[in-house]
Amino acid sequence: MTLKVTGLVRHHAGNPQPTLRGLSFELPAGTLTALLGRSGAGKSTMLRCVMGLESFEEGAIDVDGVVVKGTRQSTPAERKAAIAASRERLGLVFQTWELFPHLTALDNCTLAPVKVKQAPREKARARARELLVGLGLEARLDAYPEQLSGGQRQRVAIARALAMEPRVLLYDEPTSALDPSMKHEVLQTLKRVDASGVTQVVVTHDLQLALGVEHVCVIDHGTVIESGPPEQVLKSPVHESTRALLATWLAADRG
Amino acid sequence: MRAAALLVAVLLAGPAVADEESFRWGADAQGGAPYVFQDPMDPNHLIGFEVDLADLLAKKLGQKAHPVHGPWDKLLELLARGDFDVALNGIEVAVEKKRVVALSRPYFAAALVLTVRKADAAAPRALEALEGRKVGTLPGSMAERIATRAGAEVHTYEGGQDEIYDDLKLGRTDAVLLDEPVARYYGDIEDALETVRGDFGVVQYAVAVRLDDAARLAEVNAALDALEKEGALRPLYEKWGLWSPETAALLGEKDPAPRAPAIEYERWRAAVGKLPPFTERLTRRYPGLLPLFLKGAGLTLLVSLCAMALAVVLGVGLAMGRRYGPRALSFLCVAYIEFFRGTPLLIQLTMIYFGLPELGLKLDPFLAGVVALGLNYAAAEAENYRAGLESVPRGQVEAAQVLGLSTLQTLRHVVGPQAVRISIPPMTNDFIALLKDSSLVSVVTLTELTKTYTNLANSTRDHLGLGLLVASCYLLLGLPFARLARAAERYFGKHLTRPEAQA
Repeated sequence: MTLKVTGLVRHHAGNPQPTLRGLSFELPAGTLTALLGRSGAGKSTMLRCVMGLESFEEGAIDVDGVVVKGTRQSTPAERKAAIAASRERLGLVFQTWELFPHLTALDNCTLAPVKVKQAPREKARARARELLVGLGLEARLDAYPEQLSGGQRQRVAIARALAMEPRVLLYDEPTSALDPSMKHEVLQTLKRVDASGVTQVVVTHDLQLALGVEHVCVIDHGTVIESGPPEQVLKSPVHESTRALLATWLAADRG
Repeated sequence: MRAAALLVAVLLAGPAVADEESFRWGADAQGGAPYVFQDPMDPNHLIGFEVDLADLLAKKLGQKAHPVHGPWDKLLELLARGDFDVALNGIEVAVEKKRVVALSRPYFAAALVLTVRKADAAAPRALEALEGRKVGTLPGSMAERIATRAGAEVHTYEGGQDEIYDDLKLGRTDAVLLDEPVARYYGDIEDALETVRGDFGVVQYAVAVRLDDAARLAEVNAALDALEKEGALRPLYEKWGLWSPETAALLGEKDPAPRAPAIEYERWRAAVGKLPPFTERLTRRYPGLLPLFLKGAGLTLLVSLCAMALAVVLGVGLAMGRRYGPRALSFLCVAYIEFFRGTPLLIQLTMIYFGLPELGLKLDPFLAGVVALGLNYAAAEAENYRAGLESVPRGQVEAAQVLGLSTLQTLRHVVGPQAVRISIPPMTNDFIALLKDSSLVSVVTLTELTKTYTNLANSTRDHLGLGLLVASCYLLLGLPFARLARAAERYFGKHLTRPEAQA
């Protein structure tokens, strides 16, 4: 098991309803999973909790054996150490990519390996080049983010995360900042990365994208309501609530 | 490095040398003729009847006269602080001064005279007539007190005497009440003005010495007595056209009429009575002034660069402390910024230079100037850097965190480079403002560019032409930095240019 989330509870200040109410799921190693949910379903909060960017009160996040516990069950020092260790095993592709604008594509992908992992510069550059070329960016190595298209920026962001050799790579809404016509390209990229054996988790509200992955978890109101292969979950859901949800969802998407 | 050290040494050579044998006397060259001023024919030389007197005194004491420059209204404070050993620059004998300094026996006496416009039929010509009229004079002078007592609307001038008479000429004031020597050199020289002698009062000038310096006071008194007895003072005053009934009375001489021609006065009239045309000044006079302006500009630049270096280092610390420090440190940084931003630079400089010695910390003029400017501008820089830091989106920091970069690494490699670009334009602005604000260091005896100008303008009565000259000096100093800043901005912003269209 590479990523296992158990009983996550998270309240946001000023909101009596918890954003996450005992969210649990686990992902088998090496799979490509979509975490599906409407806007406001708690997907982004969950993602930020996993990455240690937000704290949670209860529950546990287990990344390849490193366990981060909620604020009620651990001390700040314990959490700090656990988050640092878990981040070595995690990568995140932000919704807006957050590439470093003052660095070239290549330098974006070498900064962390050199500074954090103390990799020799030449070796880090060679590895970064390999990753970027693998994602079809051989002509854009020395371009600055501002000079790249949205799709190219996303691939640089993926390469930057992969350069740190994570066990699990998470994506926050990978299609939302791109033109709808790019969906196919995004899926191609995900599959290309999948071939390298990294566990990938795509947080999205994009049904079309979800249809292309191996495994789907539907999240609503802070819990997982159904999971399984996409054809089953999305075409013939077992749960009544999933069915209702998908219906309103599709209507909203078309509207 | 050695060249820089040499430059510092040369620029500071003025007040810094203070061996046993030098008679350090304080004066303000901007005070003008005939006291202490730059020779209009050769501005590299300081002349004036008090320069001659200081030389005579020094010789009597077996020392070498060494003038130290300071603003006239700060001379007594500078004396108390120890920047020089005597103040000799039209210091009037007055009771309230004796509380802060010891005064020698008077060496000169002059009547107060009124100067008015010849063509002004309504001009006041007697003390009683001053009531309700606009009267120009020097601040803190006996003339000011008398004019105030007479009920006049008194206008005082911080700059040179020339401006006081200019305003009279232009009709901004109705009369000028000042010591006769000033009236003679700046009033009489104008055809449109005339001097009215009357019963306005008599001032006496004395040498000021520190209160606790009884030995020097006795020495100076003895030397003045000896000079009087030898008859050395009379020719000096005659030469400068300053021999008057009041002076004669002070020195116990019966003959109020001068026996010798006033050669120095005539020389002054010839030099500044009528300004040559601008083009002639530009080709004949100004080239000779360049070394003086260069020296002033060198000091201005050196003070500004050192102060900016201090401001940048301190500013970075303050911005970091404010943004990333624990609450107590953050509060201290904010307090620092508010204090230095919210109080006048002149007050800060005065406190550092004249106030800190009370606490036992006596900085030399250059250091005090740099520290005051640096501390003040650090507040502005801190705010620039904070603006820069805050302009970097939160997501950038999170991206760095997620990659495992430490706070310091994030600052150094991600936030810093992006913040610098934002901070460069306001920094350039600040540096150019600092170049100009550095003129304040003239308060602490440093003759930088602005002081060079005001001294020269007053001793040559050429405000406009020299003003253009000094303005171009400031421009020339600032422009290369503006250019450098644009290059730096381009460098830090190279990721924002789009050299190629991307298909």
